[in-house]
Formats: sequence, structure tokens, C-alpha cells
Amino acid sequence: MNWLDICALEEINVLGARVVAGPKGDIALFRTSVDEVFALDDRCPHKGGPLSQGLIYGKRVACPLHNWQIDLESGEALEPDVGCTHKYPVKVENGRVLLALTTIGECA
Amino acid sequence: MNKLKLVMVGNGMAGVRTLEELLKLAPDMYDITVFGAEPHPNYNRILLSPVLAGEQTFEEIVLNDLDWYKANGIDLRIGCKVVDIDRRNRKVIAADGSEVAYDRLLLATGSNPFILPVPGNDLAGVIGYRDIADTEMMMETAKTHRHALVIGGGLLGLEAANGLKLRGMDVTVVHIGSWLLDRQLDQTAGQLLQSALETRGIQFRLNTHTAALLDNGEGRVCAAQFKDGDVIPADLVVMAAGIRPNTELAERAGLACNRGILVSDTLQTFDPRIYAVGECASHRGIAYGLVAPLFEQAKVCANHLAQFGIGMYKGSVTSTKLKVTGIDLFSAGDFMGEEGTETITLSDPIGGVYKKLVVKDDILVGACLYGDTADGGWYFRQVRERANISEIRDHLMFGENTIGDVGHQGQHSTANMPDDMEVCGCNGVCKGTIVKAIQENGLFSVDEVKKHTKAASSCGSCTGLVEQILISTVGGAADVKPKSEKAICGCSDYNHGQVRKAIREQHLTSMAEAMAFMEWRTPNGCATCRPALNYYLISTWPGEAKDDVQSRLINERAHANIQKDGTYSVVPRMWGGVTNAAELRRIADVADKYNVPMVKVTGGQRIDLLGIKKEDLPGVWQDLDMPCGHAYGKSIRTVKTCVGSEFCRFGTQNSTQMGIDLEHALFNMWSPHKVKLAVSGCPRNCAESGIKDVGIIGVDSGWELYIGGNGGIKTEAGEFFVKLKTAEEVMEYSLSFLQLYREEAFYLERTVHYLHRVGLEHIKKAVLEDAGRRQALHARLLFSLSFEQDPWQQQSATPALRKEFERIPVVLEETTR
Repeated sequence: MNWLDICALEEINVLGARVVAGPKGDIALFRTSVDEVFALDDRCPHKGGPLSQGLIYGKRVACPLHNWQIDLESGEALEPDVGCTHKYPVKVENGRVLLALTTIGECA
Repeated sequence: MNKLKLVMVGNGMAGVRTLEELLKLAPDMYDITVFGAEPHPNYNRILLSPVLAGEQTFEEIVLNDLDWYKANGIDLRIGCKVVDIDRRNRKVIAADGSEVAYDRLLLATGSNPFILPVPGNDLAGVIGYRDIADTEMMMETAKTHRHALVIGGGLLGLEAANGLKLRGMDVTVVHIGSWLLDRQLDQTAGQLLQSALETRGIQFRLNTHTAALLDNGEGRVCAAQFKDGDVIPADLVVMAAGIRPNTELAERAGLACNRGILVSDTLQTFDPRIYAVGECASHRGIAYGLVAPLFEQAKVCANHLAQFGIGMYKGSVTSTKLKVTGIDLFSAGDFMGEEGTETITLSDPIGGVYKKLVVKDDILVGACLYGDTADGGWYFRQVRERANISEIRDHLMFGENTIGDVGHQGQHSTANMPDDMEVCGCNGVCKGTIVKAIQENGLFSVDEVKKHTKAASSCGSCTGLVEQILISTVGGAADVKPKSEKAICGCSDYNHGQVRKAIREQHLTSMAEAMAFMEWRTPNGCATCRPALNYYLISTWPGEAKDDVQSRLINERAHANIQKDGTYSVVPRMWGGVTNAAELRRIADVADKYNVPMVKVTGGQRIDLLGIKKEDLPGVWQDLDMPCGHAYGKSIRTVKTCVGSEFCRFGTQNSTQMGIDLEHALFNMWSPHKVKLAVSGCPRNCAESGIKDVGIIGVDSGWELYIGGNGGIKTEAGEFFVKLKTAEEVMEYSLSFLQLYREEAFYLERTVHYLHRVGLEHIKKAVLEDAGRRQALHARLLFSLSFEQDPWQQQSATPALRKEFERIPVVLEETTR
């Protein structure tokens, strides 16, 4: 996999997010309270809201537009909403956040 | 680790709800075995009447299907009755001879119908009305027999009679009282109800005692004889003359019973390993026969079983609803009007409306509504909150009309709405969709309806309508508790008041401390509780609690208002709505420089620049060089003014200056919800002070203050608060009131709702009657504001804060890692 060095982990706030200007649109990087990092397309499956601007808790983010809740691990919306957003491989190594630009899994 | 063993006897709504609550709190603490005498999983017993009436099917009223038990690892033994409890060896013995050991035992055996002690009560065709088997038997009998007799003119009896009539039987109801529902209604209303049911073809015999049920010679009932000697044909007799707690098993096991299994405030019986909930339990002398109290018991019992130990059951205020389609009847609390109470009555026999409100010591203690039950939920909340109603007594009868003014075609009652009519104008949800979701998913609260249908989840103006639909669908089981009694969210059992209290009394100054002390169930809360906790922390401990930026929603993090396309709107502050040529020039330059797609004048007398990209925000703020307008926050918004005495030929006071001074004083104030003020220079009220959180109207002799006005979802005129002489007084009183609101209101509670909850009297006492308290409030607000600064300047001046606004470019060069 082609890993891109994006930023230091410290540049994402705990329970915060950053936006990466990807070649095919914005990608949101989320950091949880236990320093896991997840990467999703920065678009809510509902009305395209920027998920990076949502409130993060556990492994979820609440979309800033209409409060849809998206699971950071799977990209799926939580019940009763239905929908999913693309996820990207991401990892933290030596304090650096590495991202690959190939989406994983299928989203309807 | 060895799990504890929990055995539950009885597979009904109270018991299973206890398990659901327990699984939420401690999913891995117990191995659970459930015995159910009926051959069904847990179903919604209160919806048996709609099933009998042919409006729903059995499948639709199942609350927990077999998969649910399996998914939660519950050993379910249905159709299996427990016949004995061996307390010494801690095991239960079932009718099939099987034995199961327990560490904790939960009795939820429910109740049995009261069978009249009359000859013939054991004949075939004589039943109670209690479960699916009874309902099925009624439906079968209706196909083959003609005459039905229902004994008992209470809620259950009338629902049975209505159902049997709809299934084609000739139905007679006998009742020993002088009118129907004599426990709920007075005679007038009882007669209204009787005529409504008579037009449906149901016959009534009041003041009538049943003497005997007669045998047709083959062991089946064929007629009923009354004490006056009359005999009428009856192929089916339904006993609906009350219920008796089912204590047979408990008594055999030697547990103390007295019209129910005696339980403590933690729902424990005299044997502390054994709990009892639901209709079989007697708490403080009351065995409840309605669903809502059972759910409250379930919560406390589960809390105790999970060894949390903070829950106490203190008894319930109950409400009921007659579930006969087309007939609206709702009652709540102590609606009988006993000694020492006053009743307010509205009676319109021709219009078919009857309302009775029972008041005791200026508190609404009960309500009974017939014909128009739209305000049922509101009255029920008043009863529960025990709010002083002396101020609103003269219009109490007309209800609050809690529903918003707009968005639902002027409808204020759902009773006559067709199924395809839109209830929620924001999310396009129709009445039928809501009813279906309530029935199919077994929903009992507005919050659950919001979650499942999205109705009432945006602007909330239709919440009252959704509540009505909920009440008319599930009746007294509807959970319409006031916000003051509800948990803040699913992460905790604490309600808003308890959270505030804990933060204050325990001197909690951080999110982590607060969540740890209150035993939050989630690691970092959720989007509902975190913004609330953050507000409570910083408003309670200004200067000590650190504002947790990540717990604020995006608008308060970006200090701008997010739009549907992810861009932001920027509204610079114009003190009192006054601007000048230099500011306007800078705004125009910013609009050019950043290609702002729309520049719009707001309702708050300032200018909105819409469609700004997030990364441009710091630049826009810097170029504007104006203070932040807080047009995005739960905070001070604007102080709207008219031109006042300086220019206007009618003006009596310098309202513009008053507004500017107030806005400066309140700059950067965070609050439970948004706060808007207005100052008008004369009673013509051009600044619309009547619909503001604090509205000030200049008169020749001084200033009038109004509080709790609102111009949004539901137009609310502010309440007159006080008349003052000087501008200094206006400042002190306004700020004191707002500080009281900041200290006491729940997060997201506007001043109008806060005022309705605590009562105007309470606010007057704090701000008007006690000068010391007023000055202290005023001083606390100033102290709190001394820690705040203009967020735009702060963001521009602190480079570390700016990274939030920058996007990270991708350098398309691979690393070797």
C-alpha cells in the first residue's frame, strides 16, 4: 500500500479532526480519546455534511448538519439512519499519521 | 469470572423492561433465566384492546421477539410455570419439575383478573381480560356466538366491549356504579361517554349487580341473572371488575404480602435476594396496574441489580387513556378531587367536551379530559413537576398549547388528523408513519419516536403533536416526563438538575472529573451531553473550569454558523444595531475580496456574510476588524433597538444608547440557549421587545422590563417583570435575571421554558425582592464575563488555534515506511 505521510499525531486535537485535501475531495482524519486515528470521506451520506466538523465521541462522529451518527471504524451510519461513507487505510507510526488514498470496502 | 445467576419469574412488560435496563447498565453481570407461563415472548399488553378491535395484529404488539432473548444470551422458558421457590437453597422449581438456582430472583408475576364470587363463574365462556389467550378466545367466540356481557364499566371493560361490538357481537356492559368510569369521570362526563358508546350500539346497565351466571346444560354460560331478577342472554362473559396482584408464588415462599408482594424503595422484598416489580408488587401500599410506573420501577430495580445503588423508587404519578378509537379520554394524577382540593371544570355536553382540573394548595394535582385531550401531556407534566399554578390559574383550563405556531398547517390536535397528514414539517413525517413506528417498535417516549422517525428531531415545534399521537397510541404508558425528570442522555442516569447540583456541590471543574464522579457509561459522552456538561462546568466555575473546545458543537468551535454546503456565515457585531461608513466599507471590501456569494441584513439588525470557506474565516475576521457577533452560539446574540428619543418624535427614552450599553455589558456571555434582547423607546415598541428574552420598553416615567418572550417556533409574549426608573437599574436587573437563568436553566432551555418551569414568582423573589441577592447575581455575571474575550480576536492572535482552520495538502510522494 502507498502510505502518505500526512502530519504529526499532535497536529490533530484529541477528539478532534483535520481535513486532508485529497485529489478526489476532502478526507477527514479523526483522533479519538485513546489516540486511534480514522479516515473517512469528509461527506455525510445524508446530505454531504463535512464530518470533520462534527463532535467526536467513542468511535463515532455526529454530523454537524443534522446529527447523523457515523461509525468511524466502518463508515456506516448508526440506526435508524442508513448510509455509509468511504473509509481509508490510516495508521500512526512513530507519532506520524500515515494515510493511503485507496478506499476500503464498498459503499452503496 | 463466574457470572451471577438471575432468574426472572414472569415474562411480561415490567420484568423484561427491567432486564433491558439491566443489560444497558451491566451486560455481563448475570446469567439470566426467564420463566413465562404464557407461550409467547414479551408483548405489549396494553395494545390487546386494539388487537381485539381488529386495528392491530398479535405479531405487531410483540416487544421482544425470540431473537432478542437469544441475542442477549437469555435462557427463555416459555409456557413453563414456576410452582415453588426454595429460598434456603436458592432455587426455583417449575411445573415440569426442572429447577434453576439463583443468586438474585426477580418476581414479575403480574396480576390476575378479579373473578366475581357468583355462582357459575367457572362455566365455559366466562373469562377475565388479561392476556393473548383471553383475547383470542373473545375473537373466536365472536365468530360463533352472539351475546356478550362485560362486567365492569372501567377502562378495560369498555375497551373489551368496544372490541367485541366491532367483532359483531351484541354487547351489554353491567356496572355497579351510577355512571361509567366512576373512578375517572364525574357524572356529566360519564354520561357523555355513555351516549357516545351507545351510538356505537353498546348497551349499558348501571347500578346493577350480577347475581349468577346460568348454565346452558352443557357447562357453558348462556345467561346472566342480576340482583333485581332480570335475566339476559350471555354466551360470553368478560370479567373486567379489577385486577388482583398475583402473589400466589410469593406467599407460598413465605414472602410478606399484603395486596401485592411488599417491596422497599429499591424494589426488594423481605428477602433481599428477591426483587419484585410490576403489578405483583406493592410499594408503599400501592400496587400499580398501569405501565408507566412499572417502567419507573424497572429502572430502579435494574440500577440496584447492577449494583449501582443510586436509584430509589418513590412512587409514581399516573395517567390513563381510554383506547377506544374515536373517543378521547385522558386522566392523570388525583383526578377524583378529594377533600381539601378545588376543582375547575369546563363542561360542554353538546360539543362533547368535558375537562376537570383538580388543584390543591396552588398545585395542579390531577386532570381529567374528555373529548379534547390535546393538553393531556402538558397537564400531566404540571402534575409531576408540582409547579405553582397561581399565576396561570385563570387560563390553566385552556392548556398551554405547547405546540409551535407554524409548520403543521395550524393543527393543534392530532385526533382528527388523517394518517397521511404531515406532522413534522422539517423532516416530512406523517401521522401514519409515527403511529406505525410506535406500534411496530414498541416506543413509549417522544425521544424514541424522534430516533425512529426523525419527527420532532429538528426544530421541535411539533413535539406536542408527536406527544399527542404517542398518548393516543399507547395511552398511560406514554413517557411524557418533563425534562427535569429525564436523564440528560443515554450516557447517564443523572438528569439536568442533578448534573448541575453535582458539579456545584462536588466542585467538579473538568469534563473528566464530572464524568467520573457521575459514573458516565460512555468514555467521552455523546453529542448531546458533552455540550451541556461543558456549559454547566464553565458557568458554574468561571475561571476554574477550562472550556473544553472539543465538546462544543462546530459553530461554537469555528465561531461562525455552518451552512448546508459546509461553508460558514459571518456576522460581525454592531452594537445596538448601529454602524458607520468605515465598518460598511470594510464589510464591502471583505465581500469583494473573498467573493462572498450573499450579503444579507439579519433580523437582529446587523449584516450577515454568507458562504465563506472555513479556511478563510481567520482572514475575514482580521479584515473586518469588528467584534464577533456570536450569531452562532448559545450565547448573547443581539440587542435590537429603535432610534429612540435622540431622533424619533415619539421617543421617550434613549433606547439606542440603552441597547448599546446592554450589548457591551453582555458581550461574550455564554448561556443555556441563545439570548436576545431589545430596547424600544416608547410603547409603540418598534424593536419588538415583547418577544425577546429580555425586552425593555421606555415610557415617559422610566422603563418597563419584560422577560421570557420568544419569537420563534412558538410566539410567546414576554411577561411583565418590573418597572424601573433609571438606566442603571435596567442594567442591574437585566443582568441579574440573565445570571439567574444562566445558573438555573437546563442546557438548551430558552428563557420562556425556564420561566414556565420555575414560575415567575420564583424569579421575582430572586431578583426583585432581595436586593442583596440581585447584586450578588449581577456581580457573579460580571465575574464570569471577566474571563471571556472576543473569540475572533483570540483566534487571530493565537496561531496554535488557527490550525483547526487549515486543510492539510496532500503531497503525493510516497514514504518508504
